[in-house]
Amino acid sequence: MNGQVKPLLAIHGLATRFHTFEGMVNAVDGVDMEVFPGETLGLVGESGCGKSVTALSILQLLRCPPAEIRGRILFEGINLLDLGREGIRKIRGNSISMIFQEPMTSLNPVLTIGEQIAEAIVLHQGTSKQEAWERAVEMLQMVQIPEPGARARDYPHKLSGGMRQRAMIAMALSCHPQLLLADEPTTALDVTIQAQITSLMARLKEEFETSIVIITHNLGLIAEMARRVVVMYAGKVVEEAPVEELFKEPLHPYTQGLLGSIPWIGRKLKTGRRELQEIPGIVPSPLEMPEGCRFHPRCPRVMDICCEQEPPMVRLAEHRRVSCWLEAK
Amino acid sequence: MTETTKNEASRTQGRLPYSQLRRRWAKLRRNKAALFGGILILIFIVIALLAPVLFPGSPSAPNLMKSLERSSLEHPLGTDELGRSILGRIIYGSRISLLIAVGVVSFGLLIGVPLGLVSGYYRGKVDFGIQRVTDTMLAFPGFLLALALVAVLGVGLKNTVISIGISMVPIYIRLVRGCALSIREEVYVEAARAVGTRDIVILLRHILPNVMVPITVQTSLGMGMAILFAAGLGFLGIGVQPPTPEWGTMLSSGRAYLFHSPHVATFPGIAIVLAVLGFNLLGDGLRDALDPRFRL
Repeated sequence: MNGQVKPLLAIHGLATRFHTFEGMVNAVDGVDMEVFPGETLGLVGESGCGKSVTALSILQLLRCPPAEIRGRILFEGINLLDLGREGIRKIRGNSISMIFQEPMTSLNPVLTIGEQIAEAIVLHQGTSKQEAWERAVEMLQMVQIPEPGARARDYPHKLSGGMRQRAMIAMALSCHPQLLLADEPTTALDVTIQAQITSLMARLKEEFETSIVIITHNLGLIAEMARRVVVMYAGKVVEEAPVEELFKEPLHPYTQGLLGSIPWIGRKLKTGRRELQEIPGIVPSPLEMPEGCRFHPRCPRVMDICCEQEPPMVRLAEHRRVSCWLEAK
Repeated sequence: MTETTKNEASRTQGRLPYSQLRRRWAKLRRNKAALFGGILILIFIVIALLAPVLFPGSPSAPNLMKSLERSSLEHPLGTDELGRSILGRIIYGSRISLLIAVGVVSFGLLIGVPLGLVSGYYRGKVDFGIQRVTDTMLAFPGFLLALALVAVLGVGLKNTVISIGISMVPIYIRLVRGCALSIREEVYVEAARAVGTRDIVILLRHILPNVMVPITVQTSLGMGMAILFAAGLGFLGIGVQPPTPEWGTMLSSGRAYLFHSPHVATFPGIAIVLAVLGFNLLGDGLRDALDPRFRL
């Protein structure tokens, strides 16, 4: 990725917070990242680190209030946060689409699969219902659902989880969006279906030239699909790297911990350890963020400065940055 | 697959897919009480439709020569104080009662459902406003509210429907709001928003069909309640006015002759009981048959 290519999506200083009875929750706190045309970006982190909220903030699917979104989200140079309700509605599904974790509940039980896919097509492309239906069936064919014509007339309860996720993907891609936000797309599926959905998404990405932001805590999925990875912890970006470099040489202790907690079969890591490692402790409560580096209470290489000052973001190469005092020196 | 299908069937709410509708219908038919209720209502509907055939004369024309007669071949249920056939008046009264039931429930649905949907989906200030008005209305016993409204609007068939209708609106608002509150949090509503669906489309296509089941049940129960309320207003003399044959009004006029000619008040009373019982049994049966928590 050279510097000439303009990013499709550029997020600057995104901060999303929620006003709650217990106080202000900073779910996303100053996130910067870029997505380039045609690339797959992985967004990784533990549960509650703000990955999903980042995606929901992009499409402004959070209710405001209690949520409050600040910063700039530039999509093709236009700040999505300035668009207003009607403006962002035209972007949703048309230029930016989203698929969700729960295929079992993300389809309306009272509408047929075809109706639900056609709805988005009629909405954004202004086609006739007949045309939209045909396109819906075509999309079901593309996501490799057997007998798409018959399945389009089925209600969601007749489909298995994997089939439903395919239907969701068909719905999300029906208007050929430039960007697809996939929020844990395979988490709720069993392993063989996960593999099928993964390869399907990879194939469709090539076909439609869609950029994908894949949000997951599954590093295997990242290794398989993403080219570049952004690691988040407690609402902040802690590391960004091309996928090979991240797996080869993770710089942030948190990323190292994440990689150390994956079971590797029959292979020794470079560090020589074979045992499965865990990251001690839990993600801090967003109501009581620790001072300094947010990872310091759990960090195995914690230094004095980590407890006092927030580490700066150190840019090592074009797509290589890390926020850690170890690198900042 | 079979396991998940079963799971889904029990979780599915609202407008049901065809295959499920058939199973639910089978379940409803097995429910003897509901079947009895349904048949009762069906009989009343047939009687109302065929009233001129079943009773050719006028139900309101007095014949003082025959006042307060016991049952005879000519007047199987006897006559009232003005010599009018009680059977005839009950037959024509079923028209009035069903008209009131349908009118009241339509009124409640037309106003209550949209307000409930908006209130539950948008939350915020709109919800607050609608709910405080609803709270105020629900603070009155339903019948008292209808009574007060009649006092404002005046007597007569139209005003009876409007007053009872208004007194039922808060029930529908509450019911629909509650359902909308839970359904708007469903992932498929979020998914619909994520593809850019308009709010109005989400409300009408995604949320409303999912609220249909409770609305259906409440409609049946509401009709029974409307008949009872209308009869109550009639009995107090501030509902549908004589000489229109209305069951509650008949009951009221029969009260004066309760010891001498008990049949005058008894038969309209039985008609009210049967009609209300029919709607309530059907409503209960529908609730059991459509309740997603019951496994099929």
